[in-house]
Amino acid sequence: MTSQNTQPELLSGGAMLIRALADEGVEYVYGYPGGAVLHIYDAMFQQHQVKHVLVRHEQAATHMADAYARASGKAGVVLVTSGPGATNAVTGIATAYMDSIPMVVICGQVMSHLIGDDAFQETDMLGISRPIVKHNMSVRRPEDIPYLVKKAFYIAQSGRPGPVVLDIPKDMTIPSQKFPYEYPKDIKLRSYNPNAKGHPGQIKKALTTLLAAKKPVLYSGGGVILGQASEELTTLARKLNIPVTNTLMGLGAYPASDPQFIGMLGMHGSYEANQVMHNADVIFAVGARFDDRVTNATKKFCPNATIIHIDIDPASISKTVNAHIPIVGLVKPVLQEMLQQLEKNQGQLDQQALGHWWQQIQQWREVHGGRYEQSAAHLKPQAVIEAVHRHTKGDAYVTSDVGQHQMFAAQYYKFDKPNRWINSGGLGTMGFGLPAAMGVKLHYPEAEVVCVTGEGSIQMNIQELSTCKQYGLNVKIINLNNGYLGMVKQWQDMNYDSRYSSSYMDSLPDFVKLAEAYGHVGIRVTKAEELEPALERAFALKDKLVFLDIHVDPTEHVYPMQIPGGAMNEMFLSKTERT
Amino acid sequence: MRHILSVLLENESGALARVVGLFAQRGYNIDSLTVAATEDPTISRLTLVTRGDDQVIEQITKQLHKLIEVVKLADLSESAHIERELMMVKVKTTAEQREEVKRCADIFRGQIIDITANTYTIQVVGTSDKLEAFIQALNGTQILETVRSGVSGISRGERTLSL
Repeated sequence: MTSQNTQPELLSGGAMLIRALADEGVEYVYGYPGGAVLHIYDAMFQQHQVKHVLVRHEQAATHMADAYARASGKAGVVLVTSGPGATNAVTGIATAYMDSIPMVVICGQVMSHLIGDDAFQETDMLGISRPIVKHNMSVRRPEDIPYLVKKAFYIAQSGRPGPVVLDIPKDMTIPSQKFPYEYPKDIKLRSYNPNAKGHPGQIKKALTTLLAAKKPVLYSGGGVILGQASEELTTLARKLNIPVTNTLMGLGAYPASDPQFIGMLGMHGSYEANQVMHNADVIFAVGARFDDRVTNATKKFCPNATIIHIDIDPASISKTVNAHIPIVGLVKPVLQEMLQQLEKNQGQLDQQALGHWWQQIQQWREVHGGRYEQSAAHLKPQAVIEAVHRHTKGDAYVTSDVGQHQMFAAQYYKFDKPNRWINSGGLGTMGFGLPAAMGVKLHYPEAEVVCVTGEGSIQMNIQELSTCKQYGLNVKIINLNNGYLGMVKQWQDMNYDSRYSSSYMDSLPDFVKLAEAYGHVGIRVTKAEELEPALERAFALKDKLVFLDIHVDPTEHVYPMQIPGGAMNEMFLSKTERT
Repeated sequence: MRHILSVLLENESGALARVVGLFAQRGYNIDSLTVAATEDPTISRLTLVTRGDDQVIEQITKQLHKLIEVVKLADLSESAHIERELMMVKVKTTAEQREEVKRCADIFRGQIIDITANTYTIQVVGTSDKLEAFIQALNGTQILETVRSGVSGISRGERTLSL
């Protein structure tokens, strides 16, 4: 005889969905209600395990979920209605896809019998999202919901992570139709089985090659952060005493304050990082994908290097640059295996060659060294970031939007920890920064969360200041206001004889009053001497969102900058110098 | 170079769209595509003919593997294989042409599968080259319509593509 409490509980589709999220350990869902998801929202209302955050625009919901995933390593969850709710989420899904961020997006859909009829708020979300998701699925039978939720999380979080869309027609969630609920413990798919460990023979070969190098470099990317392998990476790099460069997505994976760190590489990478890459004889690429913003012209890319490449996604290996020693696997177990092998054979690099290499690197460090022009008339954006770093003791979560301010933050906020730098690297989504900061702050209320933005980007999701008020998300907004779409202007300066076609932002709002209108604190900074006291005050106001509208030099450019079509080491170093 | 890819796919709605979408998104070519369920109704088999240098073909196979619904795939062109395509051609046949067209069909081991007073419908099976040669051979005859199945392929010998 089975006792009653072993009988599965009967739940509606909507209630099963919410229960499955709770069983998956989901604390917050970000979303916006609408017709097709009303049953789900009603089920949400009747329980207390999963909490809902009401945004002001669905794009913000996706960025909040995305940033939560970037900070915590767990999938973020979004709930939107059909039609415009789903299409508004598209930019955020694409943002997560490009940066391999685990996310589960639940979209309402019109009733099954209406699909294909151009019904009210109907859109083919499976079709629209197909090129920008790791996978997407539709619910055909309400009783499949627990399995499909499990499958969505499994796919989103395993292998190379990514967003998964689950499309749920309204009639799958009818409250009166109940089904036995059981959440699957684990899941196996015959068609999907990501290889985690890496081939030991290839790992051995990689280690032998690395140990034989005279001019090695470790180039690591977002995969190390996603794969939570920062510790292994740091240990290995220190054991071998080799220089380390991080991609934009990989900042923080290796401590920026460490002497072996040579800065970010690529288009706005440091002079020394790009020189080291170009002149290296062995490039050890870990969880990075040789993106065009890193390599510059691939034909001229690192002509003398043997390339070792660890990546969980075989399609990322030899896609743009041929890898001589490919290793398919998760970064963490592969690096662990490498460390073990290194321990066993007690191998060492040629110390004399390595010494020469470090001498050379030291000389390159002195060439540019992150210097920037000083100005009596204007506050420099770089100086603002340095000040923010000081005031937050380098320990804040920093989110950014896209443009010059993003590059300044990447260059001048020295990240010593992984998961602290949160930006849209692949898609380059303006409007990401504020909702991203909110997603982090919600989960880490005690942490200092700073959104570095510009007056262009912030206006793309400024309505979320209202959400911040509702949920007490007291982030600090550093608005580097130069009155221009700065990166566009920089390119117009460099390539279009300073014809500022639509890059000037006229009629800007009074950001201080705007912040106040939303119930927050606004502070304007127009002179260098106002910066310190303003930051002092802002960071002292722990229980307030502070919007710092900081007027910076409108003529400033981001340097170094790789010369388009050139090799890694061909760069502009300032407005008047180039390599 | 021309490659014939055989793909075992979960027989689910949307799976085919994902494969086709991948080729469109990434700018790969599709010369022909055929798909139908296998002896196991949960699995479809898709045969796709594409062109590209080694690097492109490698990317195509890797990207296909990434699709969650792709269970297995093989590049048939890498080893000995058999390929077949079916074509039906409807031609206009005047009284004096009928014998000649019939002879031509016989030479290609084609079959006349439908006739009217003024037309023949001929079925030819073979490699794509053979079908093209047949169309060339019909030179002088008015072709009203052609329809081709696209290539299906299977490896020779004991090698199989199965679960």
